[in-house]
Amino acid sequence: MGKASLLGMVAHRLAILAYVVVALFPLYWLLKVSVTPDRLLYTEGVRMWPSQASLEHYVFVLAHSDFPRFFENSVIVSGSTAFIVTIVASLAGYALSRFQFRGKVWIVILMLLTQMFPLVMLIAPMFKMLAPLGLTNSLTGLVIVYTAFNVPFATFLMQSFFDGIPKDLEEAAMIDGATRFRAFAQIILPLTLPGIAATLGFVFTAAWSELLFALMLISDVDSSTFPVGLLSFVSKFSVDFGQMMAAGVLALIPACLFFLLIQRYLVQGLTAGAVKG
Amino acid sequence: MASIDIAGIRKSYGAIRVLHGIDLAIRDGEFVVLVGPSGCGKSTLLRMVAGLEEITAGEIQIGGIRVNDLQPKDRDIAMVFQSYALYPHMTVAGNMSYSLRLRRAAKNLIAGKVSQAAATLGLENLLERRPRQLSGGQRQRVAMGRAIVRAPKAFLFDEPLSNLDARLREQMRGEIKRLHHALGATSIYVTHDQIEAMTLADRIVAMNAGLVQQVGSPLDLYDRPANLFVAGFIGSPAMNMFRGTYRANAPAVIAADASAIPLGRGYQVEEGAPVTLGIRPEHVELGGSGSIAAPLDLVEPTGFGTILHLRAFGADVKAFTLERHTALVGATVPITLPPDCLHLFDASGERLV
Repeated sequence: MGKASLLGMVAHRLAILAYVVVALFPLYWLLKVSVTPDRLLYTEGVRMWPSQASLEHYVFVLAHSDFPRFFENSVIVSGSTAFIVTIVASLAGYALSRFQFRGKVWIVILMLLTQMFPLVMLIAPMFKMLAPLGLTNSLTGLVIVYTAFNVPFATFLMQSFFDGIPKDLEEAAMIDGATRFRAFAQIILPLTLPGIAATLGFVFTAAWSELLFALMLISDVDSSTFPVGLLSFVSKFSVDFGQMMAAGVLALIPACLFFLLIQRYLVQGLTAGAVKG
Repeated sequence: MASIDIAGIRKSYGAIRVLHGIDLAIRDGEFVVLVGPSGCGKSTLLRMVAGLEEITAGEIQIGGIRVNDLQPKDRDIAMVFQSYALYPHMTVAGNMSYSLRLRRAAKNLIAGKVSQAAATLGLENLLERRPRQLSGGQRQRVAMGRAIVRAPKAFLFDEPLSNLDARLREQMRGEIKRLHHALGATSIYVTHDQIEAMTLADRIVAMNAGLVQQVGSPLDLYDRPANLFVAGFIGSPAMNMFRGTYRANAPAVIAADASAIPLGRGYQVEEGAPVTLGIRPEHVELGGSGSIAAPLDLVEPTGFGTILHLRAFGADVKAFTLERHTALVGATVPITLPPDCLHLFDASGERLV
């Protein structure tokens, strides 16, 4: 290896390292504050690690707050939303990718339009619609709203993944004796796993961290999701940072677990060898 | 096995008309090659037989059964794609057995068929591999294997060799021909490569601009092209063409440079009518009686023979000889156009008799 290329590699690694540090530092700080006892939080100044660490905030959050409830609600809402959106988006994305039909352009334009409004504009009409149906203060209502807002983008995402899969494959399957749906399910879908994983992950995180609708549509503590719960640490005169950060760290766990589960599908290159090249 | 009957087939995409009425009867066990330049509609026709394109008008029968409204899966055909279209998440064995598994065939029957097909194609050691671990030629074989594991009514090939390098293509061409001899299956083969068409076909269907130009045996098309398109498309290097006018008295074509090319016999065409005269490069005689001197433009040695590019009769002329020609560019070479080997076409491009 030449001197120049060694230097280049070192610079390359340093650049990556710098990026990782910048990206992860807030998370580190979250963790640091969460284990700092209250009495040390304001007395020690800025330190990379408190002189004494404790799990007292975690204990409080898990044992003496409504947080387990909020987590459960969030898991239910985000999981259901991700699941439903991915199914709908897969079917719709496949249709947009493979079929020509009347009004296709208009459907695409309509779906794009829904992405153009600031959500704040829609809160009042949403509330007006959901209230008479008994869907405010309900997780089902939240799932419906999240699904509606995530389907368009997820559909475009899935469409781009289907576009990347050669049409020849399902044609071959249909000639081999499969119906179109079977070809979709047995040939195309397995090849779209990276796309499905990406869509699941994207929708799950979006729903997991959504605050606006969760705040506006739900007032009951029993039906609150975790982002709303986080706000409960902000009181009129103080913010309980330690407990808030502890809850934040805990909230990261399901999201991390989720990505751990799907990460092996996120690698591309599954279709290698299907067609020439 | 079955015959395939194509009657009055038309295809339009909106206002764009791709096929203008194709009639073709393919006999049981026949190997028919559809050949033509890109965009002539040959692939579209094949895909309509397969059921992958809707039929705008006309009727297709496979084994005497109208299939216009049948799904591809109900037509009992097998197809080899140009891209191979192997299922990347299945092994070679999985790819080959997919059609049988869809038909819920018994496990031992499937295993038998797959190993038999693998043996035919020399894939025995690759059955557990995935497509991405195979070379282009091996993928091509798997695609063939997928077609031959079941005994379909017909095989459809959509430019199956176009993605292979020249040597492999030649080898696979031979294998396809042997396979056809062994299986005797009705086959439709689409290609733009006239060598593949010539070597594989029982009958060639030459197509251009959505119309059938000529149907016949390979040598039929080569020796008696029905029109200028077929004459120019079949054969490499391509046939030499001379535009001129017909002279009935001592029959000849008056070429662009006013010289006469004797025809040896009369044709059914009016005196002075514009005609095109064709002769294949290998029929251009070097030397010979009544020869004219043609300046040499370019020499292309192929090893197998030599292609000479000459100027004569106010046009470019190519001559092919098996000899190692040593003439230098700029020299003149005496050439003769033997009357027996001439093809004459009228102003609309149709062959004259």
